[in-house]
Amino acid sequence: MSYFIQQLLNALQLGSIYALIALGYTMVYGVLGLINFAHGDIFMAGAFFGFFTAYLLKLPLIPTLILSMLLASALGIMIERIAYRPLRKAPRMSLIITALGISLFLENFTRATLGGQPRSFPKLLEIQDFTFLGASVTNLQVVIILVSIFLMLVLRYIVQNTMIGKAMRAVSDNKEVLALMGISLDTVIMVTFGLGSALAATAGILVGLAYPVIDPYMGITVGWKAFIAAVLGGIGLINGALVGGFILGFIEIFAAALLPSTYRDGIAFTILIIVLLLKPTGLLGRPVIKKV
Amino acid sequence: MAMLEVEGLEVTYGNIRALRGISFKVEKGEIVTLVGANGAGKTTTLRTISGMTSAAKGKVTFNGKDLLKTKAHHIVRYGITHVPEGRGMFGNLTVKENLELATWTRKSKAEVKKNFERVFSLFPRLSERINQKAMTLSGGEQQMLAVARALMSQGELILLDEPSMGLAPILVKEIFRILEEINKEGTTILLVEQNAHMALKIATRAYVLETGTVVMEGSGQELSKDMRVKEAYLGG
Repeated sequence: MSYFIQQLLNALQLGSIYALIALGYTMVYGVLGLINFAHGDIFMAGAFFGFFTAYLLKLPLIPTLILSMLLASALGIMIERIAYRPLRKAPRMSLIITALGISLFLENFTRATLGGQPRSFPKLLEIQDFTFLGASVTNLQVVIILVSIFLMLVLRYIVQNTMIGKAMRAVSDNKEVLALMGISLDTVIMVTFGLGSALAATAGILVGLAYPVIDPYMGITVGWKAFIAAVLGGIGLINGALVGGFILGFIEIFAAALLPSTYRDGIAFTILIIVLLLKPTGLLGRPVIKKV
Repeated sequence: MAMLEVEGLEVTYGNIRALRGISFKVEKGEIVTLVGANGAGKTTTLRTISGMTSAAKGKVTFNGKDLLKTKAHHIVRYGITHVPEGRGMFGNLTVKENLELATWTRKSKAEVKKNFERVFSLFPRLSERINQKAMTLSGGEQQMLAVARALMSQGELILLDEPSMGLAPILVKEIFRILEEINKEGTTILLVEQNAHMALKIATRAYVLETGTVVMEGSGQELSKDMRVKEAYLGG
């Protein structure tokens, strides 16, 4: 039983990381129809922003988080402005290739300037163990899960209740008419990139705290997994990203507990293939109705 | 100076000349209608005024302001509201959210509240459906929502593209009655219609469009009696 609870917490922890990143994929997809392949690297950049904020400015956890979220937002918005906006009317393929290019650029730029060796992430939290229902839990695990859930609730509030959130949902229904309401599409897209990047940065810092090393390529695998989570839940749907993230986290943790752990990454991709075969629009997705 | 002035407007889609230099104007307080067959350029005209389509040549001014150099989302702030062809619902948003988004440019909460009350008194059906997703509404209700949304933005001039499309005759009558009422309350209307009969009935003035040019103009009454209009658009 305690073993099960232990694994459950691990799964929640991993799932919330995936969900935080998956939200960025799904939100950008919702407004632009673009799979932003550079999103995993914003997660990495966020971890490095946290690293430098904590080391150079000696800030504690919460201010480090906030500052890194702001920096990552700025980075995400800048990428959209420079690389994606000029291609707004270009074929979808150009946009996707550009996103892959940005991804490689961020990875290699980081490696070129900071070096490729893993760096140990500053200990922003005094780790304490305690026992919960017989399972050994760290305060870090609790923090990761709570911070993630808190931010998901904040995002949910923004998307459901604020004007900009309503505009974000409206974009995927009808881009053109949004302008007729006096709403600038550019503004909506900018906010979307800003929010998604801030969540990815949080995930980056939480991973940095948990593992606790970061490197310029840390965004690749985690980014792909989060992308799978978004597709699994139904890309373009906020709830889909959450559901997908947690399901993937659970499956990975329990698969690793039962199978040799080297199978773990393979399992995520196997799930992707199965979902795409059985339900291409994801678990929460509705079948696409093609208009004639 | 008229409220809206369109002069020598030309619009091309690739090699197709959708508008070949049309000119017309709308005075404050009028209901002006553009009638004409499919492909005459009615929708393109409205789209160009509201900034959804860009012009090749010509001039469009609203209260003296040049619209052709203005982005669509700024044109709304000048006081022009466009109810586009096909109603332009945000299908996954609720009726309330659709209406709220139309108040984006309105900062005063009291004003927004007043607009909600006005809209719900004009369209009681919408207040019953307030928390329903727009895509679950019937065609008539969607059209009402589209008009209601235009009222929420409080434009001085409303551009309406085929409000009667796909609606049962009784609903068409209802929509037109409401348009007249809105007009009496002081909103100027530029109406594009294939249902020329209804449109000419409520129009102060009308223009007949054919393949991207204005071929006739006059008061709504004059045109509805004109033999050529009768033959071409009113079924003899």
